[in-house]
Amino acid sequence: MIETLDLSSFVERSEPGCGQIMLAVEGVACAGCIRKIEDGLQKLPGIVDARLNFTQRRLSVRWRDGEIDPQRIVAALENIGYRAYPFAPERITAEDNHEAKWLLKCFAVAGFAAMNVMLLSISVWAGNVSDMPQETRDLFHWLSALIALPAAAYAGQPFFKSAWRAVRSRQLNMDVPITVGVTLALALSLYETATHARHAYFDSAIMLLFFLLCGRCLDQAMRRRTRQFAGNLASFKTEFAHRFGPEGELTRVPASALQPGDRILVQPGEAVAADGTIVSGRSELDQSLVTGETVPQTVEPGTTIYAGAINCSGALTIKVAAVGGSTLLQEIERLLSQATEAKSRSVRLADRAARLYAPVVHLTAAATALGWLFAGASFHDAIVTAVAVLIITCPCAIALAIPTVQVVAAGRLFRAGIILNSADAIERFATIDTVVFDKTGTLTLPQGVAEIASVDPEVLERAARLALSSHHPLAAVLARCARARIPYAGVVEESGSGVRGSIDGQEARLGSSLFCGLAPQRGQDEAGDSMASTIFFTHAGRVAAIPIRQCLRPDAAATVQALIARSLDVIILSGDRPKAVEPVAHALGIARWQAGLTPVEKIAAIEKLKSDGHRVLMIGDGLNDAPALAAATVSLSPITAAQLSQARADALFLGEHLAPVLDAVSTSRRARSLMRQNLWLAIIYNALAVPIAVAGMITPLIAAAAMSGSSILVTLNALRGRFAPSLGRSPDLLRQTELSSPVRAVHGAAPAKAAVKPGLVQEDEIAANPPARGRLELVQ
Amino acid sequence: MNVLIYLVPMALLLGLTGLIGFMWTLRTNQYDDLDGAALRILPDDDVDRE
Repeated sequence: MIETLDLSSFVERSEPGCGQIMLAVEGVACAGCIRKIEDGLQKLPGIVDARLNFTQRRLSVRWRDGEIDPQRIVAALENIGYRAYPFAPERITAEDNHEAKWLLKCFAVAGFAAMNVMLLSISVWAGNVSDMPQETRDLFHWLSALIALPAAAYAGQPFFKSAWRAVRSRQLNMDVPITVGVTLALALSLYETATHARHAYFDSAIMLLFFLLCGRCLDQAMRRRTRQFAGNLASFKTEFAHRFGPEGELTRVPASALQPGDRILVQPGEAVAADGTIVSGRSELDQSLVTGETVPQTVEPGTTIYAGAINCSGALTIKVAAVGGSTLLQEIERLLSQATEAKSRSVRLADRAARLYAPVVHLTAAATALGWLFAGASFHDAIVTAVAVLIITCPCAIALAIPTVQVVAAGRLFRAGIILNSADAIERFATIDTVVFDKTGTLTLPQGVAEIASVDPEVLERAARLALSSHHPLAAVLARCARARIPYAGVVEESGSGVRGSIDGQEARLGSSLFCGLAPQRGQDEAGDSMASTIFFTHAGRVAAIPIRQCLRPDAAATVQALIARSLDVIILSGDRPKAVEPVAHALGIARWQAGLTPVEKIAAIEKLKSDGHRVLMIGDGLNDAPALAAATVSLSPITAAQLSQARADALFLGEHLAPVLDAVSTSRRARSLMRQNLWLAIIYNALAVPIAVAGMITPLIAAAAMSGSSILVTLNALRGRFAPSLGRSPDLLRQTELSSPVRAVHGAAPAKAAVKPGLVQEDEIAANPPARGRLELVQ
Repeated sequence: MNVLIYLVPMALLLGLTGLIGFMWTLRTNQYDDLDGAALRILPDDDVDRE
């Protein structure tokens, strides 16, 4: 069946007659890849240009309409050996890029000004202790003003704007004292220059901005890198749906392009791409991603089904419903908005410090002015001293104390396979005392594992090769055991029952017990084992029953034990049956577990924990976990999670292992202690410098030395977070992440070179990924 | 001290040239693909053509 692929929803048209598309490309590893891809596409007729961004692993292609279309471009890339996925550039990315550029411009201006003003200032400082005439000093001060004032007006904008936003909403953040300090320093210097005074603080003001912008730029770059990576992952997972056209023809469209009322076909083994109602067909659905329930549910026309469920047996036709139109989703959305509202009330460490700091500093300055007035100083001297206090306390080190640690910790987590969604998640990870796990897909692997110990290897090999021809999710698990990845010829799949074919001239069948001609009660016996489904194989009179088991993540037990050893409470809250949850809890040594919970009950359980004074880390993947993820103090999801859950989680982790949970906790705890140390360092610096300022003995030289000294000290302390010993990291994940870039670490299973034999890649891919999830196929 | 009359403007001019250069690199998107730029110099295809 040849089915057209419709990528038009991803095409951008900036100029007439030309189309442009962004593709996230998998398997780009070296300089050769850049050339292969760009030259390979350039050769095609109608291509205007093709440019690969190696850092982001994204390819931008422009072509002339009518000569080539995006489907052919994707196919051509596949022929060269690279899988490409359409990438919808979001508004947020464009804004991000714009902001990053703006920050860099501010940074450059502040750097230029700081260098030149410092050049003049050092001359003045040297001149003040030797024989510089007053005219020259004034000239240098005026020159400094000429450089510093416009530069500060430009480069200070990020702080001024943020401070203004905070003040308007009647709040205090760190940018308020920064803005006050910089503005006063500049104003005072201007006044002093005009009155031929010996000291001006232009260098302090502009250097402060330079240091702070340095921190901001690093922070922004780190966040952008994580977001780009997450964006690529999202497009690798793009779901496609088979949509019926008006004449009943099928088109392959991205799930995001589906409209309510569209009719789509869901074939066995595929994930349901959108919420909707079944129009025709009967099947069994694996709802584990939606409800956590592991036993497939029988569905028939009229049943409402949700995106993310996997169709096990028969083909279904679904009428797409409006998003949020279904009761389950509406309920989940309602719970989500409540939970999110509750969470936004938590205050960040930096803002808390700012709220304490700003009033103290401003009161000290006021007290200094009044004190000097009472002591009989002139009005001018009193004000100058007060402003000097404000300049010296301008919270450069405090403003750097937390972001620098965050950047270092986020980078470390990124290398450990954790992608942060929210910047302050690190602080919240550090405070938790209770860890709540979902079971299905979180403690257990998202796909089952075939239990092959009891099966004759020769029989197993045949069964596994036969399974290569099946679309059923259980068969896909079995197919991974095949050593020779070549399917048998002439195999027929009987939808909903199994596959049959002929091996060595004798009939072989793989599927349900009934399909294999066995007495049904035998299958029933096996199903009594709550964590396994059984797949049967008959060939030449021999019968094999192969259990496909829900399997714990390889290091689940070790991770749970390590969490308990760190005096964290571990709890399981699952939507699955008690019978399926109990053995897992038992195997992991978790005493507290609850099963059969609805999303509402999950939230209630978490709210109960929180009201008892616990701070809860929720780890879950299902759609039913999304509200609980939002309600918890902080949340983590595996990358295989349902989309809604991924969006709600504070962080995502990659790979099969559970060790990133431990990494998240230990790295964050260390980060938090570094943040505290940094805040204390900044406060000690203030405690030393403020008395000098209050006494009126501060000079611009002392201000500059103290300010840059404390900023550098704080930054160096933050960098210590980089060299801390790694904890609880599995060597496997370590190897994966260090051998290659993160993108390849996830999808490393499909190296580009293997594509020399296209047929083979197909099977590798089927084995490595669940079938029909985010795959671009032109011909089926 | 008369030397300052041309030394200071020269210093500023040199600094400004650097700043303008940096702004130009930003405007022409030269920081979008840092890893790629490092690799693109490696292929010798431009040498082969000669």
